[in-house]
Amino acid sequence: MRFLNMLPQLLGVSFLAMGLGLLLMGLGRQFTARLQRRVGPPFYQAYLDVLKCFSKTSITHGFVMDLGTIMSLAGLIATAYYVPFVQWTPTGSGSLVIILYLMTIGYLGMAMGVSASGNPQAPLGIARALALMFGYKVPLVMVILAMIVVTGSSDLLAIANAQQGGPSNWFLLKFPIGFVAVEIAFQAMIGERPYDMMIAPAEIASGPMVELSGKYLGLAFLLHSVQLYVETALIVNLFLGGAANPATFFGKQVLVYLTSMAVNAVMARYRIEQGIAHLWKWAGSLAFIQLLTTKGGF
Amino acid sequence: MEDAVLFNLRDERQSAWESVLNYFRKRSMWMLYYCTGCGAIELPPSMTSRYDMERFGMGPMATPRQADLLLITGYLSVKTLKRVIRSYEQMQEPKYVVGFGSCPINGGIYWDAYPVINHLELFIPVDMSIAGCMPRPQAVLDAFQKLMDEIQAGKAVGYKRYRKHLDWYKRNQDAVLARTEAVLEPWEDPFSDAALVESLWNDAPAEVKEMREVRHDA
Repeated sequence: MRFLNMLPQLLGVSFLAMGLGLLLMGLGRQFTARLQRRVGPPFYQAYLDVLKCFSKTSITHGFVMDLGTIMSLAGLIATAYYVPFVQWTPTGSGSLVIILYLMTIGYLGMAMGVSASGNPQAPLGIARALALMFGYKVPLVMVILAMIVVTGSSDLLAIANAQQGGPSNWFLLKFPIGFVAVEIAFQAMIGERPYDMMIAPAEIASGPMVELSGKYLGLAFLLHSVQLYVETALIVNLFLGGAANPATFFGKQVLVYLTSMAVNAVMARYRIEQGIAHLWKWAGSLAFIQLLTTKGGF
Repeated sequence: MEDAVLFNLRDERQSAWESVLNYFRKRSMWMLYYCTGCGAIELPPSMTSRYDMERFGMGPMATPRQADLLLITGYLSVKTLKRVIRSYEQMQEPKYVVGFGSCPINGGIYWDAYPVINHLELFIPVDMSIAGCMPRPQAVLDAFQKLMDEIQAGKAVGYKRYRKHLDWYKRNQDAVLARTEAVLEPWEDPFSDAALVESLWNDAPAEVKEMREVRHDA
């Protein structure tokens, strides 16, 4: 019964996450185009792409592929239910443990689905994505630990609430070193250059997406859009103090994403071992310094 | 098989729903470029800052599964034709083929070379051909604009022709792919013989022939 009561809110957040994520993708592409002095696609290009993908025929490689694709999207949408949007989550909780746990399900679902396609490039891309996950989860969790120590709560709602009252209270100023570490990790989380080795179109033929056609590719686009929404919202809540109204919140998300796209536009791709070494060496040590210097961290 | 074909041809006249879908299809064409010929060199300027293809929603894709648009950028040999057909059949419908330059139209300057395929249209349906040797990026973008108009009007239906007249296309493909078998003796090239090509065109289905005439008039 409680689930039925929550259903409209859950559906609303699902569509909000997909819609805002696709808008972010479109804005990011246009931003990159402007950096390269191009006109670029319209900001609603990502919506056109997804609708086109769903209008095509598609090939499945068995039940596991269907299940994995749906599971990955479901996993990330479930994460979106715990990430606060303007100090509110449909589930009433913003537990960071659940968020970090559910986010992984998205990747594992994708791994299961695309590996079932039988194309050797797909498991190769997935292996790279999962290896990279070791690289960025460690610094991310270390910074989050420092925040939990300071605020005394592992609830993202409480962490965002602790930053109320203007930019001077933002954790961006309280945890500046940790912010840099998480920004580096964020670059790897959304798979932008220099950490785009799991996609690598010219190298492993777009990795996990190699056998995805038509509607499956559309689902993969939606997956990426929800991922963008969740991860930018995570950073906005952790460092930029959440927001009092939806427009400010989305504005901050756009700011976080465009910063990442600006780095993406000027960097080349790391090899997989360089990427993980870089993440552990730089993001990891910065996060560790943050944890050490936090009062009560040790 | 018969039923499947009929089912897909049932809606050949464009419904309102189809024309809505066609809007998305024309605004988001993802390309797979088959870079065997010199036309590939015209694509980087078309895609990058100078001519910026992405403003029409077009972009490169890594595999045939993901792509909507197959670009045959230049001449095709017997061996590459085999791969083109395989890539084309892996693509998901709706799919479009654009032939770059003179070579896919009539062989271009390689028309009398022993391994070169002169008429791409005999083997897979071509939705748009760009004449020139090579066409400049302006011509390429112009052709893509025209293709977008045709998609919106529901005229770019090469993939439906391919389904409907599969027998004819397969027979032509088999005739030429037989030549990829190892041969120890010199042989007469059947496809450089203009009379033979003309005879293949003579038993072409009316629809395919019509498309060829339209193209030649334009």
